[in-house]
Amino acid sequence: MQDQNCKVVSPKELFVSGHRGCAGCGEMNAVRQVLLAAGENTIVANATGCLEVASTAYPQTSWNIPWVHAAFENAAAVASGVDAALKALGKREGVNLFAFAGDGGTFDIGFQALSGMLDRRQKVIYVVFDNEAYMNTGIQRCSSTPYGASTTTSPAGKKSIGSTGSKKPIANIVAAHDIPYVATATIAYHVDLKKKVQKACKIGGPCFIHVFAPCPTGWRHASDDTIEMSRLAVETGVFVLWELEGGYDPSKINVTYKPKERKPVIEYLKGQRRFAHLMDKPEELKKIQDEVDAKCKMFGF
Amino acid sequence: MVKITIGAINYEPASSLKYKTGSWRSMKPTLDESKCKGCNLCFIFCPDSAIVMCERIIDGKPKKKAQINYDYCKGCGICAKECSADAITMSEEVK
Amino acid sequence: MAKVVMRGNEATALGAKLCRPQVIPAYPITPSTMFPERISEYVANGELDTEFVLVESEHSAMSAAIGAAATGVRVVTATASQGLELMHEMLFIASGMRLPIIMAVGNRALSAPINIWCDHQDTISARDCGWIQLYAERNQEALDLMIMAFKIGEDKRVLLPALVGLDAFVLTHTMEVVDSPTQEEVDKFLPPYKPDHVYLDPKRPITIGSFGTPEYYTEFRYAQELAMSKEAPKVIAEVFKEWERTFGRKYQMVTGFECKDADIIFVTMGSMTGTARETVKKLRAAGKKVGLCKITVLRPFPAKELKEVLGGAKVVAVVDRSLSVGYGGPVFAEVAGIFVNDAKKPIIQDFIVGLGGRDILVKDFETIVSKCETTMKTGKPEKVIDWINVNYEPAGVK
Repeated sequence: MQDQNCKVVSPKELFVSGHRGCAGCGEMNAVRQVLLAAGENTIVANATGCLEVASTAYPQTSWNIPWVHAAFENAAAVASGVDAALKALGKREGVNLFAFAGDGGTFDIGFQALSGMLDRRQKVIYVVFDNEAYMNTGIQRCSSTPYGASTTTSPAGKKSIGSTGSKKPIANIVAAHDIPYVATATIAYHVDLKKKVQKACKIGGPCFIHVFAPCPTGWRHASDDTIEMSRLAVETGVFVLWELEGGYDPSKINVTYKPKERKPVIEYLKGQRRFAHLMDKPEELKKIQDEVDAKCKMFGF
Repeated sequence: MVKITIGAINYEPASSLKYKTGSWRSMKPTLDESKCKGCNLCFIFCPDSAIVMCERIIDGKPKKKAQINYDYCKGCGICAKECSADAITMSEEVK
Repeated sequence: MAKVVMRGNEATALGAKLCRPQVIPAYPITPSTMFPERISEYVANGELDTEFVLVESEHSAMSAAIGAAATGVRVVTATASQGLELMHEMLFIASGMRLPIIMAVGNRALSAPINIWCDHQDTISARDCGWIQLYAERNQEALDLMIMAFKIGEDKRVLLPALVGLDAFVLTHTMEVVDSPTQEEVDKFLPPYKPDHVYLDPKRPITIGSFGTPEYYTEFRYAQELAMSKEAPKVIAEVFKEWERTFGRKYQMVTGFECKDADIIFVTMGSMTGTARETVKKLRAAGKKVGLCKITVLRPFPAKELKEVLGGAKVVAVVDRSLSVGYGGPVFAEVAGIFVNDAKKPIIQDFIVGLGGRDILVKDFETIVSKCETTMKTGKPEKVIDWINVNYEPAGVK
């Protein structure tokens, strides 16, 4: 298949082709980016979800690194066990240990295990791939689902504007656990993501990286718009890229990217049919814009 | 007979390469190599690791170019959209 | 070996310690709390070199145990009752992933109503999950079975997790004299755990915990079943024999006492066996042909062994310290199933007794015997499934 006159110079893939992810899947791309940044000396403990199901249908696997999956709500607990075992074997040094989970397996059902792992200060880098709903079971509402988004368990209808809760500020809650490193990242800003992953690998753990990963199937945008949606989320201030190193001191939060001129939120919402029902409701749009404005003010832009 | 390993443990890493997802495509990307600047963006943004960067000798000098692996490309169109040189175009897959 | 006075929890903690576990994730719950407490004391005093992970729930305890076992180390933990129920899904997962995790369970009743005392409902409700189940009659057995569980589960022909049930408070908190093997003796008996089938190492990228479609799932279950029902009984017999040779104490999957010519045989599990044995001695002295059959291994289910011990009896009285609500005693159902296709079989009766820590007394066993004697006279049980020592009077809603 490879052209004989063209020598491959890109790095070895640790998450290979052939997985059953949707065309244009933001999460699959995010996993690739994280692993390319982390390198081969990596072990992953994965929660149940799109990623796990699409990449390990027996007897095939897309993983080129050691990988373990047990259940849905316990990526952090399984990773805790791996961390302890590596230490017991004297093999902990130099190995990056990740816990991968979706927002489904983190914000709600996985919250306890995550908090426990952070409390124990285990050397785990927890990466949550956030596509704002339980996608693997078919787009159900999660506490990561933003205000106004239509999901199958919070559908927009004659008497509903979709999900009425606000998005759980997971990275802030994790940061309050006073851990060495917390960061938010997204796939469009790949240099920023790579830097953050590598910083986490250097620190060892516990670290937490909130990766915002658009889902064309769940958000109902075109499959080629995935990176653009990730970019617009940041350019509109819906998702802020920041990091906090060295424990819980909110004054030390470092916003790693500030859009020069913040785009109005509608630029981000209009491309996703999960928000289509809001387009004729200016009060709702204003509500969302106000919320984003308040958040960005808090972050200083 | 179904031959299986113990406990559904998979000892063959990267074995999903046996599953050619290229058959999923309804749109196909085509790269105009002359325009390709070797910026790496399509390589980084592909969800399916279906693009590699390779070095081709052009006019005696090694030039980095993208190369699409049609065995796996699902035709999502991200590479065409994100290409910094407008070097990739999407067209209908003809079977 | 040294004779030491200890509680059941201390016996299981000591048994675990002697086996040199590399990772111990644990969460406290009555009556097993003393297990993580003892372990943490051992660690704090430098007597045990292990990674002790104080997790935030039992579900995380089993999850961390799975993560550690998948990495390729020896893991042990302990729980009871509600804790066992909380980790229920993970029990199936540990077995399906073929990880020989060992666990002590202080057999305690299940809520609701909440109750901290002894019955077998917790481990009985988990008997389908693919764990080897061993039941201790005394603290000595708790210690011995704990050590043997490692050797059985880790055997390359088995590779299944195993639990040791010991009755809440009756064993967990009661002092008995126990013969404790030395570290050297256990090291000789149990080599270090070095799995080939599963370990996480960047030098060997393997995928553990795959997604099993209908094409493959059945074969995985079948392989698990072969390991449990074909291989495990062989390995258990070997390990029991080696234990007897080394330490002089005999164990069997099922142990008969005065069964050879018995008309009526009790089937028991756990500490009630002691009381049953006293009853048998008392009634034999009075000329009654009564015997006792103790189940030590419930999974793999010792059908053949039970048939050998019970086959000649006129009436088998299964004593269930748990209840399948809407049916009756679970152990009864399994014992009765052994004989279902036989033309010649004993009459089998079920007696629900001792739930929620209500003591089972000699007089309760005597009541059972008299009911079985009536059965022998009439040829049919008055009630196949019967409750002993129940005093129910509804008070109504106020």
